[in-house]
Amino acid sequence: MWARLRQMLIKEFIQVLRDKRTRFVLFGPPIIQMLIFGYAATLEIKHVSTAIVDYDNTHESRDFIARLEGSPYFEIAVRTLDRNAIRRMIDRGDVVLAIQINRGFAQDLQKGQTASVQAIVDASNSNTALIAVGYVNQIASRFAKEYQAELLNRTSPASLTQMPNITVERRPWFNPDMSSQWFFVPGVMGNLMLVIVLLLTAFAIVREREIGTLEQIMVTPISQVEFVLGKTIPFFLIGLIDAVLITAVGTLWFQVPLRGSLLVLAAGTVLFLLCCLGIGLLISTMCSTQQQAMVSAFFFLMPAIIFSGFSSPIASMPTWLQTISYVDPLRYFLVILRSVYLKGTGFDLLWPQMAALATLSLVILGTAVLRFSKSLD
Amino acid sequence: MRFHRVKAVAWKETVQIMRDSRSIAIVVIMPIVLMLAFGYGVSFDIKHVRTYILDRDGTQQSQDLLKKLQASEYFDIVRVVDNYKDLVHGIDSGDCVLAVVVSPDFTEQIRKGGTTSVQVIVDATDANSANVAMNYMDALVQGYSQNVQVRWIERRGQRVRGSPIEVAARTWFNEDLESMANIVPGVVAIVMAVVGTFLTSLTIAREWERGTMEQLISTPVAPLELMIGKLTPYLVVGVLDTALCAALGVWWFKVPFRGQLWMFFASSVLFLLVVLSMGYLLSVVMKSQLAASQASMIATFLPAFLLSGFIFPIDQMPKVIQVVTHLIPARYFMSIIRAVFLKGTPLVLLWTDLLALLVFATVLVLVATRAFRKQLV
Repeated sequence: MWARLRQMLIKEFIQVLRDKRTRFVLFGPPIIQMLIFGYAATLEIKHVSTAIVDYDNTHESRDFIARLEGSPYFEIAVRTLDRNAIRRMIDRGDVVLAIQINRGFAQDLQKGQTASVQAIVDASNSNTALIAVGYVNQIASRFAKEYQAELLNRTSPASLTQMPNITVERRPWFNPDMSSQWFFVPGVMGNLMLVIVLLLTAFAIVREREIGTLEQIMVTPISQVEFVLGKTIPFFLIGLIDAVLITAVGTLWFQVPLRGSLLVLAAGTVLFLLCCLGIGLLISTMCSTQQQAMVSAFFFLMPAIIFSGFSSPIASMPTWLQTISYVDPLRYFLVILRSVYLKGTGFDLLWPQMAALATLSLVILGTAVLRFSKSLD
Repeated sequence: MRFHRVKAVAWKETVQIMRDSRSIAIVVIMPIVLMLAFGYGVSFDIKHVRTYILDRDGTQQSQDLLKKLQASEYFDIVRVVDNYKDLVHGIDSGDCVLAVVVSPDFTEQIRKGGTTSVQVIVDATDANSANVAMNYMDALVQGYSQNVQVRWIERRGQRVRGSPIEVAARTWFNEDLESMANIVPGVVAIVMAVVGTFLTSLTIAREWERGTMEQLISTPVAPLELMIGKLTPYLVVGVLDTALCAALGVWWFKVPFRGQLWMFFASSVLFLLVVLSMGYLLSVVMKSQLAASQASMIATFLPAFLLSGFIFPIDQMPKVIQVVTHLIPARYFMSIIRAVFLKGTPLVLLWTDLLALLVFATVLVLVATRAFRKQLV
């Protein structure tokens, strides 16, 4: 068995690594992509380009605007008194937010009536809009508080210290600077591993079948198990090398803190790669041309990435989709990656994810092997 | 260039696509599946955040606050714990994202007056969701604080003033701040990028691999004729898919279409030309289906997903990456299609994006025909 398997492995490695272009495609892009996507994937909202329409133009209104200007979240792009210009700029996408202060703002404040600030926001990107308006609210409430405090200080200084006031003490754990990158870099790592390994294996058997060399292999004394092993081991190893490269870039370049143990990370990665291999093989057994394999792989990849919680939280999806996401190996792997990196979690808390990955890989690999023996008859 | 030769190649390609029933199914089903997966799967609407409570005060006062929390649709109280250890375990294991800790002297502090805080611990691994949840929490506690203050002022027989300032947020183009409105037009762009490049990336490589290229070369067909002939069927498929996606977006997801239909299709055809010729170029250069498909994956799917501004806003990326995004055709189309869909922006205002796509299309067609000629020598 060993001798035959070894021959098969040698053949596979030669086939994969022979072509200079393929060699590059295997190891170059993962690193480049990791670098680019690691930087690109961020949902932090800063420097929102803002237009200011200040019809009041008083000490108070200017104070409010100065606060916006002083915050890192907004960048004043234009000051104008022409409301129609705002419409055009938002249409074109030049500004995302427009702050309009109507005449009477200062007067209302002095009279003790509620003064209003209008925030017009381009909500075509709802997440940006939501967060930007959140920041405007924060600034407004701080402004209100300080204005009130000043007023009280003048009328009855004693009550200033006596009036109860309840605030939120924010304790962001694991990510004190709320860095978006720390969340997305492990996510990009998982994505890249999935894409690379899945595509490689999906093509493995289909290519032999399409070129017609599968029959030739089948007439050799090689057994099915040996054949499948011979097909998967090289890709598993290549996937492992890519995984190490990707992890190195994520940890060393992006400086995402690796708080957990490398062993847990390695165990999760191996289980996940096995799942990817299984899915790739399964696709390979179902398709007869490489084009079909490509499209089928894509059919799997797209939902797998979306439902994994990579970009948007699983908890925000409809319930039926959350149920589907339980068969998505990436879902579990992302939990493992993020927990090991940021939380430093060990096997004691991650065993459900590990068990899920192990089960999935067993079921998928098993089905793939069974289907393969059938597809030969 | 002879029209009948183009027609012959186009006919041959069409027959080849039609014969493969699976690829037809894929062309029809893929857009639908992608549309549904993205439309439902990508949502940044944060609601029902899993929350633990540790109420060390246990008085009427603290219960009032917690009741407010319970009534909010943004937070789901999943467990009330009585010690800190359980709370830590909940966050570590991911059973809750948020934990509210009320200190033992909460009521006492409020009675004494001055500022009291409620500790809110959040799992900030997902910084974006954590931020949004925290903003909701701030608003909630602020509302509570105001109630307490009003009662305090009333007890002292003073006049209650309203809040000095309020922010009136006007969310244009997407009144309910639903992420679907932003995602759905984006999916149309992704589907086009993917279908276009994927399917065509294999078309020339397949001829090389199967050895039918020599037969094609020996015919009098010219490189440009071959390209046009090969791409026309895919262009038709692409336009149909675009229409299908848009129809789903408008009728199924109820995303408003505010622009004009001809603008939508005109810009779509331009974008399809870009992605189709990109796939063709990859196919010519790579010669093998495996390499071509891998390359097209690298060149379209992930960049269209991550670098086009589909989910991650481009203006938040580091400057270097922003420069890189200018090389991604999907970036331009993404901003065109969103503006046309949601804002009804006339194409005149979008001429820079359109021009960029035009340049891409011209360059890619030229390079592809030239590369093909070189391959033949």
